[in-house]
Amino acid sequence: MSSTETTRAPFDPAVLFKAVFLTAVAIFVLVPLLATLLGGFKSLGELRVNPFGWPTHWEWQNYADILFSGRYWQLLRNSLIISTLTVILTLITASMAAFTFAHVRFYGSSMLLSYLTLGLLFPAATAVLPLFIKVRDLGLLDTYFGVALPQVAFSLAMSVLLLRRFFRDIPHELLEAALVDGCSYIKFFRYVTLPLSRPILATVGTITFVNSWNAYLLPLVMLNTDALYPWPLGIMIYQGEYSSEWHLILAFITLTILPTIILFLLAQKHIVAGLTAGAVKG
Amino acid sequence: MARRIAIVSAMGAADETVPQAAVRGPSWDGRFTVLILFLPPALLLFTLFVVLPIGEAAWYSGFNWNGFGRPTNWIGFDNYRFVLETRAFWLALRNNGLIIAVSLAVQLPLALTLALMLAERFRGAVALRMLFFMPYILAEIATGLIFSFVYDGDYGLVASIWRTFGAEAPHLLASTDTAMLAVLIVIVWKYFGFHMMLFIAALQSLDKSLVEAARIDGATRSQALRHVVIPLLYPTIRLSVFFAIVGSLQLFDLVMPLTRGGPADSSNTMVSFLYNNGISRMRVGYGSAIGVILFVICVTFAFTYKRWFMRDE
Repeated sequence: MSSTETTRAPFDPAVLFKAVFLTAVAIFVLVPLLATLLGGFKSLGELRVNPFGWPTHWEWQNYADILFSGRYWQLLRNSLIISTLTVILTLITASMAAFTFAHVRFYGSSMLLSYLTLGLLFPAATAVLPLFIKVRDLGLLDTYFGVALPQVAFSLAMSVLLLRRFFRDIPHELLEAALVDGCSYIKFFRYVTLPLSRPILATVGTITFVNSWNAYLLPLVMLNTDALYPWPLGIMIYQGEYSSEWHLILAFITLTILPTIILFLLAQKHIVAGLTAGAVKG
Repeated sequence: MARRIAIVSAMGAADETVPQAAVRGPSWDGRFTVLILFLPPALLLFTLFVVLPIGEAAWYSGFNWNGFGRPTNWIGFDNYRFVLETRAFWLALRNNGLIIAVSLAVQLPLALTLALMLAERFRGAVALRMLFFMPYILAEIATGLIFSFVYDGDYGLVASIWRTFGAEAPHLLASTDTAMLAVLIVIVWKYFGFHMMLFIAALQSLDKSLVEAARIDGATRSQALRHVVIPLLYPTIRLSVFFAIVGSLQLFDLVMPLTRGGPADSSNTMVSFLYNNGISRMRVGYGSAIGVILFVICVTFAFTYKRWFMRDE
């Protein structure tokens, strides 16, 4: 903005409106979140008369019981295994494919790329029944891979596009020079492309991780054993068991979304970058 | 999440080509090794778990089949007829329409207003941006559970507001009149921050000299906004609308903890209708028919929208 903009009249109704509006939206967003956090510190009786205020008596027992139960940690462990598998497999397969699409010219290249990007046009849910039968026939039902592999397949399209766009910005002269000097494509990929692409790999990895961590439908369809359930499935069952003991459910929700919020605060740069990378240039 | 983001750029992908420099250069041998090592893993996974199941859905939708053994009971297009004759299907379609309407009428103006306010630098702007974006990264399951507490007629926010007026609190999620409305509010809560971020990103990459030029030429703040900034945002607005519609067609996780599509199918979306009627009862043929219908809607919409509204991008 120009310098004349910065000198404002002492009272500007627009500024007041802006402050009121932003405060109202902030309250709209914060109240449910804070109520969940604080609700976990209340007894059921207090929750009934005071659902949204500060707890009069801090009930640490709700959180402690969950943290000292094996159940919570088992759910997180399962989610972590599935998400990590998904992220690693996505990054490996997508970066190799993206590298080929970015740097190797071959007949049918753009056709194959369009083929991959078809995956963006419809949700996984449309084909989830045949997918279930396929996973069953492959003997992967009720395994971590039975969830992770379809998740990788569905995250490939977006990942390949984001990676390819970044890879293409690596000067082609660099590759040519390396090839003339006897370096192979594969070595170039391993020792030049990947190290240079850490930011985009982190972005794609973070987005894939969050998607997999939050996923509900695929694990719901593919897993039958409680011991393998990731947390979104586990928390739905927990809610079913303790149907109206909201103080326990709220504590459980708080503890399960805590990892996401921590990851978001740590990796917000990558999450927002991944978001805007596709949209602005799109 | 970013799956939705890349969609639009995805559809333009075929237009781009590998830089010219790639034509010259290395021997075919090196390239061949890369091709047979680097492409198959991705293509195989994608074909096996994304493309084939869609084709199989079309095939299975011709059978009356519970998923065990092989499908043998061929019934032609009857499954499609059954779907179209189900009242719940049309309710689900209507609800998807409602979600889109609310996204356009409430969520988009809200997101745009907030973006215009928060794109400028001032103390707290970044913190507010992050706060508003936060609901978007929370799991839909967790969001749904949080709001089923908020709406709870005995314990929640709604209950306490009603009680302060001395009235008996309604169970919003248990009534066919209010369940879908309640779901719509949660959708706005969860997704407006995503759209806001889209607009902020666009505003930050906008050429500020255009706005300054308009101001120097005597345009007022609101004139500059209406005639310069907003038109420059049209591509992003179209993108935001696109995501709102695609997102509505995929919505499922959020509905399950809130209402499971009920009561009496009043808050089903297409996907929760598919889940409740096809998947949970293992009616493979019937469920596949719903899936195919949803697939056709998604693909037709994506291409039509791209052709009509996003030609120039």
